[in-house]
Amino acid sequence: MESVIERIQRGNFWQFHGGIHPPEQKFLTCTKPIASAQIPEQLIIPIRQHIGQAGDLIVKVGDKVLKGQELSASDTPMSLPIHAPTSGTITAIKSMAIPHPSGLSETCVILTPDGEDTWKQRHICPDFQLLSKAKILEKIANAGISGMGGAGFPTQVKVSTLAKIDYLIINAAECEPYITADDLLIQEHSPTILDGIKIVDHLLNPKNILIGIEDNKTKAIDALKKATADIDHIQVCVIPTKYPSGGEKQLIQILTGQEVPSGVLPSSLGIVMQNVATCFAIADAVINDTPLIKRVVTVSGQALEKPQNVWALIGTPVGFLTSQCGYNNSKNRHLIMGGPMMGFSLPHDQIPVIKSTNCILAPSEIEIASPFSSTSSKEVECIRCGQCADVCPAQLLPQELQWSAKAKDQPQLSKLNLFDCIECGACAYVCPSQIPLVHYYRVAKAEIRQQKLLDIKAEKAKVRFEARKQRLEREKIARAEKHKKAAEARKARMNAGTTAAKSEKSAVADALARVKAKKAQASINANTTDSSTESTAENAMAKNTAENTAEAVTQVDQIDESKSQVANAIARAKAKKLAQKNQAQIDSLDTLQDNESTSSLTSSQAAPVVIDKKAKIAAAIAKAKAKKRQAEPVSNSANTQADHIQASVIEANNVEATTEILKPEVHAKETAIDEKAHQAKDITSSGKINNSAEASENKQQSKPQPASQNDTLNLDRKAKIAAAVAKAKAKKLAEKSQQGSDATSSTIESNQASELTSQANIAANTVANKKARVAAAIAKAKAKKLAASSDKSSTSE
Amino acid sequence: MTDYLLLLVGTVLVNNFVLVKFLGLCPFMGVSSKTETAIGMSFATTFVMTLASLLSYIVNSYVLAPLGLEYLTTMTFILVIAVVVQFTEMVVHKTSANLYRLLGIFLPLITTNCAVLGVALLNLYEQHNFFESIIYGFGAAVGFSLVLIMFSAMREKLANADVPTPFKGSAIAMITAGLMSLAFMGFTGLVKF
Amino acid sequence: MSTLIAILVVGVIATLFGALLGFASVQFKVIGDPLAEQLDALLPQTQCGQCGYPGCKPYAEAVANGEAINKCAPGGEDTIKKIADLMGVEVQPLDGNHETDNSPKVAFIIEEDCIGCTKCIQACPVDAIIGTTKQMHTIIADECTGCDLCVAPCPVDCIEMIPVATTTQNWQWDLNSIPVTQID
Repeated sequence: MESVIERIQRGNFWQFHGGIHPPEQKFLTCTKPIASAQIPEQLIIPIRQHIGQAGDLIVKVGDKVLKGQELSASDTPMSLPIHAPTSGTITAIKSMAIPHPSGLSETCVILTPDGEDTWKQRHICPDFQLLSKAKILEKIANAGISGMGGAGFPTQVKVSTLAKIDYLIINAAECEPYITADDLLIQEHSPTILDGIKIVDHLLNPKNILIGIEDNKTKAIDALKKATADIDHIQVCVIPTKYPSGGEKQLIQILTGQEVPSGVLPSSLGIVMQNVATCFAIADAVINDTPLIKRVVTVSGQALEKPQNVWALIGTPVGFLTSQCGYNNSKNRHLIMGGPMMGFSLPHDQIPVIKSTNCILAPSEIEIASPFSSTSSKEVECIRCGQCADVCPAQLLPQELQWSAKAKDQPQLSKLNLFDCIECGACAYVCPSQIPLVHYYRVAKAEIRQQKLLDIKAEKAKVRFEARKQRLEREKIARAEKHKKAAEARKARMNAGTTAAKSEKSAVADALARVKAKKAQASINANTTDSSTESTAENAMAKNTAENTAEAVTQVDQIDESKSQVANAIARAKAKKLAQKNQAQIDSLDTLQDNESTSSLTSSQAAPVVIDKKAKIAAAIAKAKAKKRQAEPVSNSANTQADHIQASVIEANNVEATTEILKPEVHAKETAIDEKAHQAKDITSSGKINNSAEASENKQQSKPQPASQNDTLNLDRKAKIAAAVAKAKAKKLAEKSQQGSDATSSTIESNQASELTSQANIAANTVANKKARVAAAIAKAKAKKLAASSDKSSTSE
Repeated sequence: MTDYLLLLVGTVLVNNFVLVKFLGLCPFMGVSSKTETAIGMSFATTFVMTLASLLSYIVNSYVLAPLGLEYLTTMTFILVIAVVVQFTEMVVHKTSANLYRLLGIFLPLITTNCAVLGVALLNLYEQHNFFESIIYGFGAAVGFSLVLIMFSAMREKLANADVPTPFKGSAIAMITAGLMSLAFMGFTGLVKF
Repeated sequence: MSTLIAILVVGVIATLFGALLGFASVQFKVIGDPLAEQLDALLPQTQCGQCGYPGCKPYAEAVANGEAINKCAPGGEDTIKKIADLMGVEVQPLDGNHETDNSPKVAFIIEEDCIGCTKCIQACPVDAIIGTTKQMHTIIADECTGCDLCVAPCPVDCIEMIPVATTTQNWQWDLNSIPVTQID
């Protein structure tokens, strides 16, 4: 059996199935030389111009760049850098319409050229043989070269294949009816292309190099034959003109007789294919150190006065190129990027030229009717003529595919090998019913791809959901276990008594015990006092206090120091809230007395103000609060038993003190704590029972207060902010409870709510911290909510 | 031997139960919308028909005929068929739950498939012997399967085709069945007179 | 006498067959129902609970046991069609109570407003929210199923559902907007 090369030498090629012969329109441009590149006013350079991921931008708006300078850097083989096509300034980096059939936008770099076209420093390397293969590959990658025939696959991935390569095929077939870009490039630059071929030859070391070129490009064939005459293993294969012989799989079949199986890359058959324009770019990159910043674009179509091939900088808007070629069709614009068979209509003429753009078509209305105009042909029913199946180069059944695509029968589409469709458009071209078959396939392909993504996502979500369910189950068991253990431990401790309070843990136990004791005391107090309202209030309060303390305890136990401080702050605030609640429930306040108490509070809190700025802030907050509280009773008409509020305020402070005790620092000084705790307890009882204990109480009160302030100093900012938030919350709650007991003051409440807001604002201003602002926002939100609820309740009442 | 072969071919093509004798039209229309279901139904029916014709022959010639109880044939045959169908249903449910669900009500309805009882009674009427009965039953089932699968394949294509609205669905299916029946009439040419 | 024999014969045959069937029913007993698994594979796994069941698996089980097939709002008509195919029943339109816009969405936390309450974290069925107490939360967009469940628990309404942006990676060809290009 004769070898492939022998066959080729005899000019005897294989054939692929189907194919069509659309009317040739290459004469429009194939005889004119390539016009040199002109610099437009603005270049739009999409950061992703190939198949794969975009590189990372390394320039910013306002940067001055030189011609050839990298605008983005790539880190993976599938991402490619982009380069400045000329020198100028980066004026914007924004989303712009990209050359994609969808007309969607992607990030683009907008470059305003300075007109000087200054090159960056280049290192010309006349002999690539001196470079290592790795170095050449690096140069190709850094030049951002992707396949320039249309698909845009990164070139360095293709030429760095490890497979043993039998055939390197250079694709110069260029089968689309209008495009002559490769033809002209070969005519004018065949030596450079040959250099590029030699470089790829050097990298891949194939047995044979076949240049596939259609027989309608006589000048280019001559140029290539002349250039390759003295190289043995390069064959110029002149193949008959037939669309789509330029397709990768089709050209492989024509030249080697091998059919590339579905879902397999040609490299696994020992074949690599490169476009001539890509070879040119490789030579330019390796020898001249010129990145891929310009390419030949065929600007053709009967709507142009002088259709021709032009060197276009990457990023040149299509409109600039067409006006350069005399396009003047303002009323019925219709531009196609790519050839008439596989191209897509552009939404407007500010779409940039990218690395894979080989043609801009500006057809007249008679030539190709604009799909938007009324003269465009309409799709009618399929008459089952079967011509589509005759011309399909992938040997699919276009008609069957069409039925299934219309019915969205995805399994059937997969069975019919939809994904082997190369979207060449031959079926749609021959269809007598004008059915846009390829578009149906494209829709179906996109849907199937989307469905696959969704399936993957659903699978992932399912796994995560299951994992979460398991986790929750585990946590539930762990919690139950912990509770059980804690209960046992508590029981044991109860039996042992409160004496063993040496370690931190025992301190916690101590605190718990104290809380319990307090609770008991409170209930006793409630029994002794006659007022039933008071007793309930006390009870509730005691309970809450206990809860608060318990909470603080657990938190101290669990979390580290800073966090425990926050917890303390919260506990304190909660205690205060309780105090106010109590006050509200009693609902009988003496203005005078209250003023007194407030002032005492203020003085006690203002004392350490000098210590630190931070302390000042806290004081300011406290003051604001005091003021507000003062405002409350003024509006309230009640005027009895000041001692109650007094007591409650003090109590709040006491609770603060007890919570303070829980701090780890204080834990060290156990005796002091015990003392304080006892004091606090005393104060509680005395405050409740005795009216005249005001002065001494205030004194005692001021004792823990500075301590707390000092502690506050130790706290970091965060803790304070948290405290502020907690306080704000406490306020809100207090007001809510007050409202419950005092319906008449609902309007005042809303005022208070706004006051709260302002208070929160103060906090926000003083503590210039982002998080504080967040906290303020929360407080605000809550205040608003409260205002709303108070309004509601007032209306209901 | 040739007789058996002739009987088989004759039952499958010339005297096709569905398209010539018009028996078993219910599942023919009912489960032919998907090829997968049709294949499952074909296997189930083949199994039932072959087994039913075998059992009914045994019951008839070894129980009813000796006792002179021929007047009970229809009743006992129905009993036999019902049992076989029930048995098949269990097997299908066990082996292929998916097919079981797809066949749905048509699986137990094989009981009332006139083709099954038809085979049993025609065996009696044509006075087939034991082997002839089995071959007749099997041939009838193969004929049924053949047209059912062919028909379902056509219907699958029709489902995606642009059928004129008034003919959509069952209408076009009926027309297709009619055309198939016409085509099967061509097999009468196989018979030499 | 002959009537008696007839009755006896039919009775004996019936008893024999009955015994056979009884034996077969024991032999071919079907354990478990693979249907629920298959149904579960069809559901979109958003775990949104819009069907009234706590997740996709429970709904799949319910459908296997005769629940209506048209309650999966995120799956929409496509899912109903697939379930109908699998179950061999008629396609039904989506249940009116559940009819929602089922375009793909993803939850987004407005981070300035987040107070770090962790309520949304607890609500998320796929653990796609990260954050902790008093710390800002954020959503892992890739893991989010767009189920909506985190929106309701948020006390400051800082979660919004934003439609997934169309990119060149996930866009769909639209025949009405994409013109046909063809030369004569």
